[in-house]
Amino acid sequence: MKTRTFIADLLTHAGLILFMIFLVFPLVWMIATSFRPTAEIYSGTVALLPESPSLDHYRTIFLEQKIFTSMGNSFIVGICSTLIAVLIALPGAYALARYSTRWNNVVLGWILGSQIFPVILVMIPLYILLRSMALTDSLIGLTLVYVVWALPFVLWMLHGYVRTVPLDIEEAAAIDGASRSQIIFRIVAPLLLPAIGASVLFAFVSAWNEFFFALVLMKDPNLMTLQVELARFTGMEGQARTGPLAAASVLATVPSVVLFGFLQKWFSSGLIAGAVKN
Amino acid sequence: MSDWGRTRTSTGQLKLLLPALIPVLLFSLIPLIRGIYLGFTDYRLGDPIQFNGLANYVRMLSDVFFWKSFQVGFVWTLVVTFAQVALGLGLALLLNRKVRFTSIYATLMLVPWAMPPIIRGIVWRQVYDPDAGILNGVLIQAGIIHQQINWLSSFEYVIPAVIVAGVWGEIPKAAVFVLAGLQSIPKDLYEAVRIDGAGRWKEFVHITLPMLTPVLAAVVSLSFMWNFNTFGIVWVLTQGGPGGLTRLPMLAAYEEAFRYGYVGYAAAIGNVMVLVISLVLFSYLRVQLREQKQ
Repeated sequence: MKTRTFIADLLTHAGLILFMIFLVFPLVWMIATSFRPTAEIYSGTVALLPESPSLDHYRTIFLEQKIFTSMGNSFIVGICSTLIAVLIALPGAYALARYSTRWNNVVLGWILGSQIFPVILVMIPLYILLRSMALTDSLIGLTLVYVVWALPFVLWMLHGYVRTVPLDIEEAAAIDGASRSQIIFRIVAPLLLPAIGASVLFAFVSAWNEFFFALVLMKDPNLMTLQVELARFTGMEGQARTGPLAAASVLATVPSVVLFGFLQKWFSSGLIAGAVKN
Repeated sequence: MSDWGRTRTSTGQLKLLLPALIPVLLFSLIPLIRGIYLGFTDYRLGDPIQFNGLANYVRMLSDVFFWKSFQVGFVWTLVVTFAQVALGLGLALLLNRKVRFTSIYATLMLVPWAMPPIIRGIVWRQVYDPDAGILNGVLIQAGIIHQQINWLSSFEYVIPAVIVAGVWGEIPKAAVFVLAGLQSIPKDLYEAVRIDGAGRWKEFVHITLPMLTPVLAAVVSLSFMWNFNTFGIVWVLTQGGPGGLTRLPMLAAYEEAFRYGYVGYAAAIGNVMVLVISLVLFSYLRVQLREQKQ
């Protein structure tokens, strides 16, 4: 019996390792490429570790303002849209959790319904609207779009957590004469910090990773976001620039992977399982 | 003050919801409704909007590019969805055996999911690169092929190549969902069968699979929805080429609208996509309802 479990465990490890190689290897290959001198990249040798590692490609990226400008744009848009989204979602999430009127069904229906529609349907009129407001080619316009883009998830997540805050705490504050907004921002919000943290990370990562809206809305080279700049890199002008592209991609991946690492706790704590069951 | 939880009107609630609702209304809901309407017009950027009924859909019937795009869209969506759920299920089952280092495996597997879709495309471009890519390097060194293959511009290989990249990026999501489902199956169910002396396979067929059906149905329909709407990774890998072979519906709609300016027609393609997705969701809800009745 014991040898049978031993063999079973061994096979499990073997299976898991195969999965890990498939899932992680492409990124490892790109990281290795980013440290290989150009000649070595095209030498046709198959080796995981670079023979003569160099930081050339990272230097190229540094000297080429473009990538850094676009990274800055992505940061600004990501941070602004995250702050706005969480700030306006807080009272909304509170209202969804604490009241039950017909608005609950309307809003929750929209949160789920908004997932069905392909972005192209929203994108076309949104483009026309933003153009008429002179908000295409504008970081403000893109920020607004990302706020709305992140809201469904942030609202959904926060409203689930507001429900776990005991009502008596609020009652006590109300007796002391606190107003509704004071209760929301001074009493409830601090108790929601873990959920707010997760929402912040989620909103930032989704803005940082977003491509389609930015591709359509931003044409000015100085206002491109990182994802659009990288996608341009793969086009005509990026031919035979495998090394710098790898270096830039590694830099672009770092924030996503690090923030995602923090988010993972919430993913594994059954948040998604709960969403499926509902 | 004891009715703190009750004296709450819908206007009071609306006031709190308003800061979130206004941007949603302006930048999501109204554009969406206008977008659906534009699908019934002949609108081109800059021109006046004119209602033209079903003319866009009649045009689609004889539009070779539309049919090609939806054809590859279905192949892509069905294969990626099936493969990601099957592999995700396999991975989740392995993780659920809780051997040593499981938490390390569970973290590592998230890597593709954590990467921006554009980078997922770039990573695979570098794997498939004809000169510098690892795939050609390994195949040539192993003597399997003798000439470099340009995977992403070959009519023969481009669809499988793109699908492998797509599946790779979607496995973690499926595995996380299924794992959560596995962990919510009550342990005593297994103990009961084990007393009856059932083997692992019977356990899987008679308990795991039936208990997992609702989760699997949810994962399949959500993945179908997401995969049918894919844009970024394929855009970076092939831009829809070669010869429109990987022009998924979203790429087709994007090009119609923002490359050729046929905005009305692009919106009409979007409407057909909504129709397809609604049909899938409808059948999912039917599965759910049947489950609940039992």
